[in-house]
Amino acid sequence: MNQRFLLTVNGTSHAVDADPDTPLLYVLRDDLGLNNPHFGCGLAQCGACTVHLDGQAARSCITPISAVGNGEIVTLAGLGTPEKPHPLQMAYIEEQVPQCGYCINGWIMTAAAFLRDKKKPTDAEIRIALEGLKCRCGTHMAILRAVKRAAAAMD
Amino acid sequence: MTRMEKAANFSRRAVLKAGGALVVSIGAPVSPDFAYADEALSMSATMRPALTPDQLSSYIAVNADGGVSAFFGKMDMGHGISVAIAQMVAEELDVPFDTVKVVMGDTATSVNQGGASGSTGIQEGGRQLRAAAAEARRVLVELAADKLGVSADQLTVADGVVHAAGDVAKKASYGELIGGRYFNVELAWNGQIGNPLYAPGKARSKDPKDYKIVGQPIRREDVAPRVFAQSDFCTDVKVPGMVHGRMIRPAVAGAMPVNVDESSIKHIPGARVVWNEGFLGVLADKEWDAIKASRELKVTWSNAPPPFPDQASLYDHIRKSPVRKQEAGGKPIGDVDEAFKSAARVIEAEYEWPFQSHASMGPACAVVDIKGDQITVWTGSQKPHFTRDGVAGILGVPQEKVRGIWVPGPGCYGRNDAGDAAMDAALLAKAAGKPVRLQYMRDQATGWDPKGPASLHRARAAIDETGKVIAYEFMSKAFPRVDVNSNESKPYDTLAGQLTGVPLRSGDGFAVPEESYGFANKRTYWQTIAPLLDRGSPLRTSHLRDPVGPQIHFASESFMDELAAALKLDPVAFRLQYVTDPRDIAVIKAAAEKAGWQPRPSPRKDQSGGNVSGRGFAYVQRHPTRVAIVAEVDVDRSTGKIWARKFTVAHDCGQIINPDGLRHAIEGNVVQGISRTLWEEVKFDNKMVTSIDWLSYPILDMTEAPETIDVVLIDHPEIAPSGAGEPSTRPVAAAIANAVFDATGVRIRRVPFSPDYVKAALS
Repeated sequence: MNQRFLLTVNGTSHAVDADPDTPLLYVLRDDLGLNNPHFGCGLAQCGACTVHLDGQAARSCITPISAVGNGEIVTLAGLGTPEKPHPLQMAYIEEQVPQCGYCINGWIMTAAAFLRDKKKPTDAEIRIALEGLKCRCGTHMAILRAVKRAAAAMD
Repeated sequence: MTRMEKAANFSRRAVLKAGGALVVSIGAPVSPDFAYADEALSMSATMRPALTPDQLSSYIAVNADGGVSAFFGKMDMGHGISVAIAQMVAEELDVPFDTVKVVMGDTATSVNQGGASGSTGIQEGGRQLRAAAAEARRVLVELAADKLGVSADQLTVADGVVHAAGDVAKKASYGELIGGRYFNVELAWNGQIGNPLYAPGKARSKDPKDYKIVGQPIRREDVAPRVFAQSDFCTDVKVPGMVHGRMIRPAVAGAMPVNVDESSIKHIPGARVVWNEGFLGVLADKEWDAIKASRELKVTWSNAPPPFPDQASLYDHIRKSPVRKQEAGGKPIGDVDEAFKSAARVIEAEYEWPFQSHASMGPACAVVDIKGDQITVWTGSQKPHFTRDGVAGILGVPQEKVRGIWVPGPGCYGRNDAGDAAMDAALLAKAAGKPVRLQYMRDQATGWDPKGPASLHRARAAIDETGKVIAYEFMSKAFPRVDVNSNESKPYDTLAGQLTGVPLRSGDGFAVPEESYGFANKRTYWQTIAPLLDRGSPLRTSHLRDPVGPQIHFASESFMDELAAALKLDPVAFRLQYVTDPRDIAVIKAAAEKAGWQPRPSPRKDQSGGNVSGRGFAYVQRHPTRVAIVAEVDVDRSTGKIWARKFTVAHDCGQIINPDGLRHAIEGNVVQGISRTLWEEVKFDNKMVTSIDWLSYPILDMTEAPETIDVVLIDHPEIAPSGAGEPSTRPVAAAIANAVFDATGVRIRRVPFSPDYVKAALS
């Protein structure tokens, strides 16, 4: 049975009627028209659906809408804009990271939460922070360069 | 913003006024940017010369503002090929790079150049656009000659403006000459479509010594929209009135639905079943409801016999299966059998490669809209022209009634699940009477995509008393490279076709190593065996990045290393002793030099303890492209875990169009190659594929990525550019295997080199 939920996404409030079990991913994509989080696996194994929930990277494909509560949701579109980009977005452009680009939410949103809390990370710390995220095109080297570039910019 | 909203924006400003005097060789008004503009399309369709391969207007148009549209019948699968194409077009036309817009992937705006295919984006697709742009420049200069009253040989072009040589006041811009109107110029088309399509004009293309734009590291324009979440994927296409579909596959491959209890999903709003023979899907207004319906629908399946061997006996199955087809890789050299009889020593080895999955980042998606007799399919397929043909075929309508629009998909490395999704969506849309968006689920993406074929390879060499290789024989025995073709234009090449009664028509083919070893006696050949199931198989094969290249060259280049080791020779020196092609020699030397390669035989003998390191070499050709690679690895003997730590790649693909794009493509190929070598194997039991997610089909993790990938680009401006999208995938497995041997003295002859397998091999 549908219920009404009030969500704050990228600073804007929305009212949505949805089945409480509906994963946040489908609410963002289909009800709110925010295409940036992607369906990759529905199993929290790849990260393509990652958003920030109260500042923490969360896999929206397994987060039921009923579990969001009053949490503040930020998507990739809310992380930064061409006018006010996040350092990671700038670094991604500088390093020309993506190939297909479908995995991008996982890496940027996870790295953004990590770099906010961890200054001057080592190569090993960056790799561990990004463990488990998937990129099938194999852009790993460019991702590492971009995260290091962003880390330096945020220092 | 969705794709459809963008379309409306385009259409408002779509068709331009064709100002200025009519010129004889100019056709109808052109709309600059109507890739997604239905309104513009319908207006211009009657005025544009036919969209056929023999028309210049099918490739190049100059807009009223002087900007250039390049209509490209291939697609970008993530390597940024549109940048390279724009560079080639801008170079030939003598216009600024940023005035060229490459319009890809819409059957309404481009001819069928084969889609993304075989690393031919630049090699074949770019060749055609280059020829068309050169011809467009020639025609424009002739138009200027008429207008200015100056002979064409007295005119030069800079930044899209034609100037008289001695009189700067005499000039005419491309925009003034033809802007807003189509060319009406016929080309000398070779009658082919797809990759071999070639239709040059009378013009000669530019001398490479005059290049200003080709060869520059120009960046991709599509990165910023991606990182700001402003550009759409195929999965983001929304059409008014659209409903969501999901497919249902059996738990035993080959089983058919015999009873479907639609009442089991009646509690889900709007959920309904679409069932035709083996084709079974569900529809619902909301996506999550469609997913729930697909999970909750009660289906009784036929009692199909388990179609597959146990995984443990896969290679025995290949060994023992009757040969369906055998073919030689060209005429044998010398008398191989006699040479083996006279050998002082014979060295032999056998190698094994598993089925592998595309495992694209997202499951395939397609949207199909049937409006009367006009059908539109949005697809992530690498070949939307063939997708159009397939949709027309499966719906039983003429091809011209279907428009295929490529929108970037969630990863594509060949004939993945995108082609099947488009056909499934077409059948769902026909049943629904509404537009349908279908996306597969993860278990279907990994479990049911067409697979790279499993194979085994045998190599043997005859050595004479002086240690010289006097004969070499290499054979592959394998599942065919394409049970389903590399495009989805025929129902028998799609799951939807096969599940509605059209049996598989497996193509028979494989390949042989590509190299230039000048052994005096040499024979290479392949054999194929029958597919395991005649329709609807999750182990049907098709093209996966560098089709059959990684497996063949894993074997052939591992074997070269085995020969070098048996002869106690340095692996690079051994290769240089036999390789005959000058470009091969150059690429081998370049990789070795960059890597600081010190000559010595493998294995190393100076290490002890649990952690050991080694270096390995491999070299390959892929059609005209050459790649040599040095891998440096660390092996933990106690766990069997390999870290493929450093790679040095030397790459020669002839003329380099964009070195930055090329480096990124090579890096991706190497990383994907490492992943396939160390981790990737489609698991199955005798009923079904059991690799259905990222846990059961692991790929390379960030914690396992190399420390360094060094790339040496060898540029040959004088040699036609050849492919780079795949070749550097090809030597990775052998280079790693050879490095593991160097480190441990143990030869790994089966992929993947998973920790358990390596640990067992080391003990």
